[in-house]
Amino acid sequence: MIRIAVLLLALALFPLVAGEYYINLASQIMIAALFAASLNLLVGYGGMTSLGHATYLGLSAYVSAWTFLKLGVGHASAAAIALFATTATACVFGWLALRASGLSFLMITLALSQVLWGLGYRWVNVTNGDNGLSGLTRPAPFGINLDDSSAYYYFALSVVSAALWVVARFVDSPFGASLRGTRDQPRRMSALGFDVWRIRWLTFVFSAFLAAVAGLLYVYYHKYMHPSALAISSSAEVLLGVIAGGSGTLVGPVIGAALVLLLKNYASAYIERWNTLMGVVFVLIVMFMPDGLVPGIRRLWAKLRPELK
Amino acid sequence: MQFWVIQTLNSLALGGLLFLLSSGFSLIFGMMRIANLTHGALFMLGAYIGVSFMKIWPNLAVAVLVAGVSVAIIGGLIERLILRRLGGNAQGQVLATLGLSFITADLCLVAWGGDPIPVPTPEALRAPMLIAGMAFPTYRLVVVAIAIVVGIALYWMMERTRLGAMIRAGVDDMNMARAVGIPVSKLFTSVFCIGAALAGAGGMIGGPILSAYPGLDAEMLPLALIVVILGGVGSLVGAFVGSFIVGFVYTYGIALAPDFAYVILFLPMVFVIAFRPRGLFGRLTV
Repeated sequence: MIRIAVLLLALALFPLVAGEYYINLASQIMIAALFAASLNLLVGYGGMTSLGHATYLGLSAYVSAWTFLKLGVGHASAAAIALFATTATACVFGWLALRASGLSFLMITLALSQVLWGLGYRWVNVTNGDNGLSGLTRPAPFGINLDDSSAYYYFALSVVSAALWVVARFVDSPFGASLRGTRDQPRRMSALGFDVWRIRWLTFVFSAFLAAVAGLLYVYYHKYMHPSALAISSSAEVLLGVIAGGSGTLVGPVIGAALVLLLKNYASAYIERWNTLMGVVFVLIVMFMPDGLVPGIRRLWAKLRPELK
Repeated sequence: MQFWVIQTLNSLALGGLLFLLSSGFSLIFGMMRIANLTHGALFMLGAYIGVSFMKIWPNLAVAVLVAGVSVAIIGGLIERLILRRLGGNAQGQVLATLGLSFITADLCLVAWGGDPIPVPTPEALRAPMLIAGMAFPTYRLVVVAIAIVVGIALYWMMERTRLGAMIRAGVDDMNMARAVGIPVSKLFTSVFCIGAALAGAGGMIGGPILSAYPGLDAEMLPLALIVVILGGVGSLVGAFVGSFIVGFVYTYGIALAPDFAYVILFLPMVFVIAFRPRGLFGRLTV
C-alpha cells in the first residue's frame, strides 16, 4: 500500500522536474502499459494468447475519431459510442475465437484482426485510408485544456491508474481466481461446475473494453489515426511487452510495455530497423527468458536473498 | 463475359498459389503443432531470391527451383536452431516464428528495397490462349496446373509412400510413432523443409502475377490462415478446397466491392467457425 502511494506521488511530481519530451514519453508509456495490462488478462491470467489485440485499441480510436469528425458529436458521446462499439465487436469476435482454443484461437484472432486492418486501409470513405484521419482534438474535461503536455500527463495518469486498479481488483476477485483455474485446469474447473467457456468469453470482452479505453487515450494523445495502429506489428508489440515483462503478473506487462516503448523510441533514433530488433528480442525472450523479466528477477532475488543475509 | 473468364482464372491462379502456401503451413501444423507465422515471409523471400537469380539466369523454372531449395534450407535451419529448442512449448514456438517473420520481412526490405520488383512472364507463356474466341492468360492456367500436380504429388506422398505413412503416424499419435521406432525428430525437419520449400517455390511461381514487394508476406499470411481455418488444420484436401474458396471469394470481392474485400473474405471463415470449428475437412481439434 505504502509502495503504491509512494509510486503515485513520484508519478504525480514527475512533470514538475521533467522536460516536455519526457512528459510526453511518459504519457505514451502509460497508454502502452494499460494496453499491455488489458492483453495480460487474456494471455497471462486466461492462458489465451491473442495476436489481434490491436483491433480493440484501433477500433475504439477509429470510432471515436470518426464520430467526432463526421457526426460532429462531443468528445464524451464519441467516447461512449467508441467504447460501446468496440465492446460489442469483442462480444462477436470473442465468441468466434473461443470456438477454438490454443493455437487455433491465436490464428483466428490474427485473422480477424487482419479484417479490421484491411478495412482501415481500404474503406477510404470512412477511414481515409493510408492518409489517416487528422484534424482531431483532445477533450477538455471540466474545462481543463489537455493540449498542454503536463495536463495530458495527469489525465492519462488518472485514467490509467484507475484502470490498473480495476485490473488488480479483477484479478484478485473470485472471478479472477476462477479464470486462473480455467487456465491451469480447464477440465477440473468444468467438473467443478464452472462454465469455462463463459469465464473465458467474459474475460475476452472485458480485456477488449480496457484496450478500448487505451485506444481513446491513444487517439487523444496523437490527435491522428492511421491504419498501422491496427496492423499485426501493433498486436505483436503489445504481446512482446506482456511476454517480456512477465505474463500473469500485475507489474510485468506494465514494465514490459514501458521497455518496449523505450527501446522503440531510442532504437529508432539510431537505426531504422525497429522490426528486425523487435523480432530479435522476441526470439531471444522466448528462447532464454520464457517467463519474462519480472518473474525472472523475482526468482533471482529469491535465490540471492538467503545468501545476502 | 471476358470479365468473368478473367476473374475466374485469376481466382483459380490465386487459389493455386494459396494451396502451395497453405499446404505446407497445414502439414507443419498438423505434424508438429507449430503455427508457422514465418510462412508468409518465406513465400516473399522465395519470390525475392528467385527474382535475383533470374538476373543471372533468366529462366523461371530454374529460379523456382532455386527459390524452393534456398527457402527449404532456411526453413531447416529455423527448425533445427530455434524451434527444436522450444520443443513442447507451443506458445514459445509461435512467438519465435512471429519474431522471425518480422526479421525476415525487414531484412528483405534492406536487401531488395521498397519498390516492387516485377517478374517477367516466360516468353513461351506470354501469349494468351484463344479458346472459343476468348483470350485466356496462359500463365495463370499453368499456375493452376502446377497446383493440381503438387496437390496430387503431396497426396501420393502422404497416402502411398513410407515417408507419408510415417508422417501420418506422427500426426495421429506422436508418442506411439516414436515408440515403434519412427524417427520423429528427423521427420520434423523434413516436414518443415518441405513446407518451407513449397512456400518459397510458391512465392516465385506467383512472381509473374503478384511480383515481389514488401508487404507481400502480410498480404499472404492471413489468406493462408483463413484457408487453414476453413479447410481444417492438418488436412491436405482441406487446404486444397479452402485455397480455391479463398481464391474465388477474395478475387471477386476485390473486383466487385474493393472496399469490403477483406470483410467478404472473412464471411466463409465465420460461417465455418460458427458451425464447424474444426474446419471443413479437419479431424484435429487443437
